[in-house]
Amino acid sequence: MSPKIRVVIAKPGLDGHDRGAKVIARALRDAGMEVIYTGLRQTPEMIVAAALQEDADFIGLSILSGAHMHICPRVVDLLKAKGLDDVQVVIGGIIPDVDIAKLNAIGIMGIFLPGTPMQHIIDFISSNARARV
Amino acid sequence: MKSVVDGADTRKARWERETLEPTLRKSAERKGPFTTISARPINRLYTSDDVAGIDYGTEVANPGEFPYVRGIHPTGYRGKLWTMRQFAGFGTPEETNQRYKDLIAAGGTGLSVAFDLPTLMGRDPDHPLSLGEVGKCGVSIVSLKDMERLFEGIPLDDPKITTSMTINSPASMIFAMYLVVAEQHGADLKKISGTIQNDILKEFIAQKEYIFPPRQSMRLITDVFAYCAKEVPKWNTISVSGYHIREAGSTSLQELAFTLRDGLEYVQYGVDAGLDVDDFAPRLSFFFNSHSDFFEEIAKYRAARKLWAEAMKSRFGAKNPRSWQLRFHTQTAGVSLTAQQPYNNVVRTALQALAAVLGGTNSLHTNSLDEALALPTRETATIALRTQQIIAHESGVTNVVDPLGGSYFIERLTRDMEEGALDYWDTIDRMGGMVEAIELGYPQKEIAESSYQFQQAVERREKIIVGVNEFVQTDEKPIEILYIDDSAAALQLERLADLKRSRDNDRVRRSLDALQAGAQGTENTMPLLIECVRAYATVGEMCDALREVWGEYEEVPMI
Repeated sequence: MSPKIRVVIAKPGLDGHDRGAKVIARALRDAGMEVIYTGLRQTPEMIVAAALQEDADFIGLSILSGAHMHICPRVVDLLKAKGLDDVQVVIGGIIPDVDIAKLNAIGIMGIFLPGTPMQHIIDFISSNARARV
Repeated sequence: MKSVVDGADTRKARWERETLEPTLRKSAERKGPFTTISARPINRLYTSDDVAGIDYGTEVANPGEFPYVRGIHPTGYRGKLWTMRQFAGFGTPEETNQRYKDLIAAGGTGLSVAFDLPTLMGRDPDHPLSLGEVGKCGVSIVSLKDMERLFEGIPLDDPKITTSMTINSPASMIFAMYLVVAEQHGADLKKISGTIQNDILKEFIAQKEYIFPPRQSMRLITDVFAYCAKEVPKWNTISVSGYHIREAGSTSLQELAFTLRDGLEYVQYGVDAGLDVDDFAPRLSFFFNSHSDFFEEIAKYRAARKLWAEAMKSRFGAKNPRSWQLRFHTQTAGVSLTAQQPYNNVVRTALQALAAVLGGTNSLHTNSLDEALALPTRETATIALRTQQIIAHESGVTNVVDPLGGSYFIERLTRDMEEGALDYWDTIDRMGGMVEAIELGYPQKEIAESSYQFQQAVERREKIIVGVNEFVQTDEKPIEILYIDDSAAALQLERLADLKRSRDNDRVRRSLDALQAGAQGTENTMPLLIECVRAYATVGEMCDALREVWGEYEEVPMI
């Protein structure tokens, strides 16, 4: 049996609307993944520290407030600085079209907008998970 | 009465046997499930036997009469239409001020301030957690100076346009700023009206914009009750909110039950603080969601009025009819709107708004078609307001009071909602009250469970969302949205630095010290906050002063 995919789900910034984060955390857990939900008001530093400590394969960020262009690059930079280049970042939330290409350019390929089926997110993570050695 | 019931029962039985069954044998019904959006099963048909146990005279009553199922005003909307109050705020105070002027020019009849996340969380723009958030989800208000800019040219002594402010943890700080600006405009505080949301319980339950622990947060709220009873008697001191509970994924029944139970908790804390119930209860107001299940929502509003009236009488012995009368604002369900095929959202919003009106709302916000994508543009905000104006002036529903009263289905559903809410109240009462239930995580877990169940029903396509899991279109063109850049953040940061150089910093320090001393004792915090505001202390400084004394709340993350 292959080891479980490990996912840190985090709510960065000041926003407290956690419905999406909690529903997706539960869906990923029910799909057989190991999910660590950090809770609210996480700084990029806290999120990256959680990913390190939890040996995460993925970080899932839920951002509805419009702060994604500040938070996402910071998380990606901190991961690089800590040598965690293999941790993949995905985001869900309200992301204007004009920002999607910019997020793709820093390596964030999984960007899930409102109305995305949970199965689509589960499939994305499952198919992009790297084999653990 | 009895013979009519028997007659109706016989008629229904005969109908089932002679009319329904042959039809079902020929063609079966759709697969269903026939449930509301909250998963409540709905019967095929409601007849007089479904309402046989409901006494019209005492349990429904005519409009304006206890227990107010049919409305608190005898004339419904023939007297006064609901207030068309569109929630708005973004960027700098000047940008939002312009949007308000646009809304008033377009026929809006009330203002509603949306603050940005740093303001809502009591953080100044230069705090690390404010990074990327200044002016994004609402307007940035840092000090009295920003409040002066926000209402520039909008006279606060004009009784025709009242303002509602969606602010909770720092509600008393923002309210203090409003009062000082109202004074500058020459207003008499004894005469002004308006609303602050000031509802911390639903923050712990659903929206999670809390700062201080529950009991200290309740103290700030009862301080506002006591202050306003004396100084600002026409102000709505709280807007007890189900909106956010529903948006977080609760059912319609949970929204009803938790919101009103929150209301009872505030009244209890007010009474415990030594206030006479009839001195402050008339100024409590409510705020509900209007979701997509038309009849369930209408029943919710009707049940809410009855539950509140009866509880105020029986639990608190309130004697003033105004303490019994539940007044509420409604906002259509943002969460029901889709990023896909966004023009469909105009139709969703119109139906939700109609449900709110048929349920007797006193005030209404209609969401814009771009809700799932961004804050509204000027154009989409105007269409949202026009939706209300069409219901008010073209549909004819405002000509008659409670047009659905007496519908077998509506009256039955109203009673079912009431009974379901009372069951929830029993559970919460057994826990010791709502503060205790929140500390146990009870409403939070109930809501998380409902939201997961709903999402799974959508995944299984038991619930159809047009354009999302059915009738999907792949060739959609993106619509133009309001993009908030970082210019407001830069300006607000610069202004904050200027403020700290130009104000009397000794006076700021003294006022904050006095606030801390008061918070440690039992002195009412409102006059202390007003002095901080006059000294141009910032929202972040006032909240930090209280953080030092009271600490901060942190919830245990759970999924």
